Amino acid sequence: MKLKTLLLGSVFGALLVSPALAQQISVKAGVLNDRSGLYADLSGEGSVVAARMAVEDFKAAEKGIKVEIISADHQNKPDVGSTIARQWYDQDGVDIILDVPTSSVALAVNQITKEKNKIHINSGAATSDLTGKACSPNTIHWTYDTYALAQGTGGAMVKAGGDSWFFLTADYAFGHALERDTAAIVTKNGGKVLGAVRTPFPGTDFSSFLLQAQASKAKVIGLANAGGDTINSIKQAGEFGIVAGGQKLAGLLVFLTDVHALGLQTAQGLVLTEAFYWDTNDQTRAWSERFAKAHGGKKPTMVQAGVYSGMLHYLKAVEAAKSKDTAAVMAKMKELPTDDPLFGKGSVRIDGRKMHDMYLFEVKKPSESKAPWDYYKQIAVLPAEQAFKPLSESECPLVKK
Amino acid sequence: MFELLGIPPQALFGQVLLGLINGSFYAILSLGLAVIFGLLNIINFTHGAQYMMGAFVAWMCLNYLGINYWAALLLAPLIVGIVGVLIERFLISRLAHLDHLYGLLLTFGLALIIQGLFRNNYGSSGLPYQIPPQLAGGHNLGFMFLPNYRAWVVIASLVICLATWFVIEKTRLGAYLRAATENPTLTQAFGINVPLLVTLTYGFGVALAAFAGVLAAPIYSVNPNMGADLIIVVFAVVVIGGMGSIMGAIVTGFGLGLIEGVTKVFYPEASATVIFIIMVLVLLVKPAGLFGRPA
Repeated sequence: MKLKTLLLGSVFGALLVSPALAQQISVKAGVLNDRSGLYADLSGEGSVVAARMAVEDFKAAEKGIKVEIISADHQNKPDVGSTIARQWYDQDGVDIILDVPTSSVALAVNQITKEKNKIHINSGAATSDLTGKACSPNTIHWTYDTYALAQGTGGAMVKAGGDSWFFLTADYAFGHALERDTAAIVTKNGGKVLGAVRTPFPGTDFSSFLLQAQASKAKVIGLANAGGDTINSIKQAGEFGIVAGGQKLAGLLVFLTDVHALGLQTAQGLVLTEAFYWDTNDQTRAWSERFAKAHGGKKPTMVQAGVYSGMLHYLKAVEAAKSKDTAAVMAKMKELPTDDPLFGKGSVRIDGRKMHDMYLFEVKKPSESKAPWDYYKQIAVLPAEQAFKPLSESECPLVKK
Repeated sequence: MFELLGIPPQALFGQVLLGLINGSFYAILSLGLAVIFGLLNIINFTHGAQYMMGAFVAWMCLNYLGINYWAALLLAPLIVGIVGVLIERFLISRLAHLDHLYGLLLTFGLALIIQGLFRNNYGSSGLPYQIPPQLAGGHNLGFMFLPNYRAWVVIASLVICLATWFVIEKTRLGAYLRAATENPTLTQAFGINVPLLVTLTYGFGVALAAFAGVLAAPIYSVNPNMGADLIIVVFAVVVIGGMGSIMGAIVTGFGLGLIEGVTKVFYPEASATVIFIIMVLVLLVKPAGLFGRPA
């Protein structure tokens, strides 16, 4: 009798809770980036804040999706990044890894994610190889890539008459990819590349390399580097009178936080390409305001915005697929259009490339800047099809030709 | 015009000069380390953090108090030096009777804590600091454009290095210091306050690091990691020069800056490692370093 009631009770109980149980999906997302080195300000804790905001805005809990976010510091070292990624997938039950700046680390995490059949949405890294020859059915490259940067800044400089180039290239996967993609754009538009120097990464003194660039008499000095390297090269180029001497600097990858660190006095007039700027429209301003409140008053970079946008789209796909099964979620992410307040409407291509417009900005003069973080004026919009490498030229094996 | 391995001599002159400028930073920093090691037997791993603090104090002076570069050049070493004195008094002196290793661990830990605190407050991408207006611009030397500020860095560091060498090797105060290193008990018996001497020496070594930090602020970004990036190279410089040798630190500092500069022309990819290759070679041939005395 007692047993019967107990059984009956549990059957009723199960009937009552089962709809909720069936829908309850728990996902664990890991934000892996630089939390202490030269890319910590442009990704770092800000990317974690952005991922949390995506979970809040999606109202994941109400939709029966339980999200846990963890984070770690890959120190810009591929070996450290690989170890963390493996541990997250194998032992900690992580379903998706977000962000991962530093191309060398991103390529490693891309490979491990494919091996373990999990998901990687990359926002921070630049190399276009992530959707090119290293493309994977498990990776989406969200925010920008070296091809888009080359199209934006490189294309604009050549059109403005900068037809001879000399590169200062950070000596690792990212710098090489950026130099390669930019050189291709320069030659395609009728310009020529006079030379390049590979600088040890990360570096502090660039004067020696700048002097070599100066001696090359190239009209444009392309800075195929990022973060602290770019900051120091621009600062020292000013010191050695390179811009005053008539040569132009092309900061091929400059983030909002870099301009903040340089100060407008030094950075003014710099032309750069970004996927997102906080002061673009009411929606981006409102979101960035919330972000700044949660992140010590700092405005978001495009990398942090990309983590938000990527996380949001992932959650939408999990909801639509009603599961966190990798193949199902990846298929949904590529099938569903993307839409969020930061990047507007877009899509995810078969090779894993997220498509959205890119913007060409010029850094304001100190006199034009009205408030803190008021740094850019927009000079052009690059439609997504023009900014990113067309599928017809793709080296990615996933693209059927 | 003849060329050397495809590099015109004019370009090479420029690079040699730049190498010397970078060498000035190596020289002042390794000098500070050598002074501290020579007199305290402490391997001061906090040196990089103290160099960074020098740059930050200069930045704070300018942005919070409106104090200009020239005053900061005196103030920052003084302030950071006092912090150093406190560190010596309350922490390092307690480990003086123990093995080197304890001092090394303590100073290394301190460096991590200090860098972490600055990174938490100021982020990792750095803060802008302009070159003082009196030294803005530069001169065209024919073979290169030399910014006035860089010329000033070389002169300032040479003067500081030579003055330090002179005080330690040629004056009465220096004689006390050297005596205190050689035999602290006997020196104390002659009525000299050895613990005070040791504390002040540490403070001075730290002030040297802060001075280098202020010099660096306008050319490199004022960044919490700036010292961590440099300290390993500076340690290599000290090892090559010979631990504790004052002149050794100065000469190797400038010399290695020069070699690094030339490497940047001929094989830039190796410029970050060349100093360590030299270190290995020197250790193989002369384990005590170029200017060191065998223990």
